[in-house]
Amino acid sequence: MTDAALPLLSGTAPDELEGPARRALRRLMARKGAVAGCVVIAAFVVMALAAPFIAPYDPVATSWTLVRKAPSALHWFGTDDLGRDILSRVIYGARASLVAGAISVGIALGIGVPLGLLAGYRGGFIDALISRIADAMLACPFLILAIALAAFLGPSLGNAMIAIGISTTPIFVRLTRGQTMSVKVEDYVEAARAMGNPRWRIALFHILPNIMPALLVQATLSIASAIIAEAALSFLGLGQQPPAPSWGSMLNAAQRFLTNAPWMALWPGLAIFLVVLSLNLVGDGLRDALDPRQR
Amino acid sequence: MLNFLGKRLLQLIPTLFFVSVLIFSLQHLLPGDPALVMAGEERDPAVIAKIREQYRLDQPIPVQYASWVKGVLSGDLGESLRIKVPVLDLIKQKLPVTFQLASMAILIALLIGIPSGIVSAVKKGTAWDWAANLFALWGISTPNFWLGIMLIFLFSIELGWLPASGYVPLTENWRASLASTIMPAFVLGNAIAAILMRHTRSAMLQVLQSDYVRTARAKGLSERAVILKHAMRNALTPVITLGALELGTLLSGAVLTEQIFSVPGFGKLIVDAVFNRDYAVVQGVVLVTATIYISLNLIADIAYILVNPRLRA
Repeated sequence: MTDAALPLLSGTAPDELEGPARRALRRLMARKGAVAGCVVIAAFVVMALAAPFIAPYDPVATSWTLVRKAPSALHWFGTDDLGRDILSRVIYGARASLVAGAISVGIALGIGVPLGLLAGYRGGFIDALISRIADAMLACPFLILAIALAAFLGPSLGNAMIAIGISTTPIFVRLTRGQTMSVKVEDYVEAARAMGNPRWRIALFHILPNIMPALLVQATLSIASAIIAEAALSFLGLGQQPPAPSWGSMLNAAQRFLTNAPWMALWPGLAIFLVVLSLNLVGDGLRDALDPRQR
Repeated sequence: MLNFLGKRLLQLIPTLFFVSVLIFSLQHLLPGDPALVMAGEERDPAVIAKIREQYRLDQPIPVQYASWVKGVLSGDLGESLRIKVPVLDLIKQKLPVTFQLASMAILIALLIGIPSGIVSAVKKGTAWDWAANLFALWGISTPNFWLGIMLIFLFSIELGWLPASGYVPLTENWRASLASTIMPAFVLGNAIAAILMRHTRSAMLQVLQSDYVRTARAKGLSERAVILKHAMRNALTPVITLGALELGTLLSGAVLTEQIFSVPGFGKLIVDAVFNRDYAVVQGVVLVTATIYISLNLIADIAYILVNPRLRA
């Protein structure tokens, strides 16, 4: 940059100098709640990845001499009805929850975004068809649809993720469709069309990047819902199967021993609450940071 | 208005068609031979043959679908494979229980969500606003099955104030009925209260900046009159209709809440059906839930137009 250019730029607001991603990140980092959420999520991700190194015990190792022991120096979170260390199970349980949250939202994005782009960009019969199918899916309450799908597919963590992913898909179809319809009339899309770009190229390279902020916010909030849904399905016995640890199935077991061992219910529930709260904080922060009306 | 109603009703036809296709398709997700899976451990060829006949599994899929839809339209949702009772009768038995629970939950949600939303908007930026926002965040982030377990521990096990599980019909003993449903209703209402609070807050903030509120203040009306008579009435119209759309959250929540508190309602019916591999009941419950949800959506749309004179023309 030349010296002559400096006086011109000195009066320019920082918003105009930085790119949209950097600006959004700066705004996100200015929100204490969102930063705290990011830190907690990062901590849980590290915990899930490093589970074999940081878990004090084998999460599935049972011990009849340690059945339902209260929290102590040896077992910080206590032990469960089969003498397993709850802290180790909470640490390993983070894997099931985070993987389920990420994969099921990945499935919903993978199906919902292309369908929403197609519906919003093409319009006409294709739009009507896709929209009515999305409406039909939205008419079945999220968890009830997920339970029904998981019941018919069979109980397993993989099927639970598929069921949650499919149940989340119509939200992304609707959002992508709506966003595409508002973006496709913008001048830069018209310009891309006038230059002879094929439809798929316009959709992928001109529309999709511009609707990413809205998708990112929804994806963050949907991961929170998916984590609760996975825990709910595992709680009902339709998700992670025993003895593999999952926060939902830990709560299911804990329910039977509330009188004698309330700590069995406290920790897995607190873990779900913390992760979901953090994701909601980040989602809210992202919405504020990426919403053009906030500028 | 009539034009809108006609269009809205016409839109329902394809939606209902796809709902029926979706629910019918569920049984085809079963791995392997659906008749064998539905029969479970029952290996009696006569039972398997009966399932095949009931679901017309030896017929082509379009024929199966047509016969299923015909049955549904005449009120035949099939028969429970386990207890040999028509699915519709089972649903009729369980629906009033969930209806009582849902009504109490909505009441709790309205009593908490709307006042806290109004206070939060009116006292924006103060400790009240922070507290209300924290409550909303807590409400939407707490898994209701965990909250239910924690409430049972506190109010039933530790304090001994409320029964941990079970249900007493309202007609039998209203006090016992309220005692048995207040905890599950709070658990259900809590999440909706949080959502209502957020809607109310944003609607109130918008309304409080409008010209007519400024005019009302300029006329010298008291702040109380401005908020209660002018701002609140307009802000709550969209909130109530948006609240009606939270029925899905309510029904989803009822599944787990009824399971935790052993309330024999609609939600527990679907979970028990899943465990018993009673797929006809699962399909029936999903179908009835979707129909209720679509109907309430329609009523909410109509109500919104009726209370909003600008949309009536």
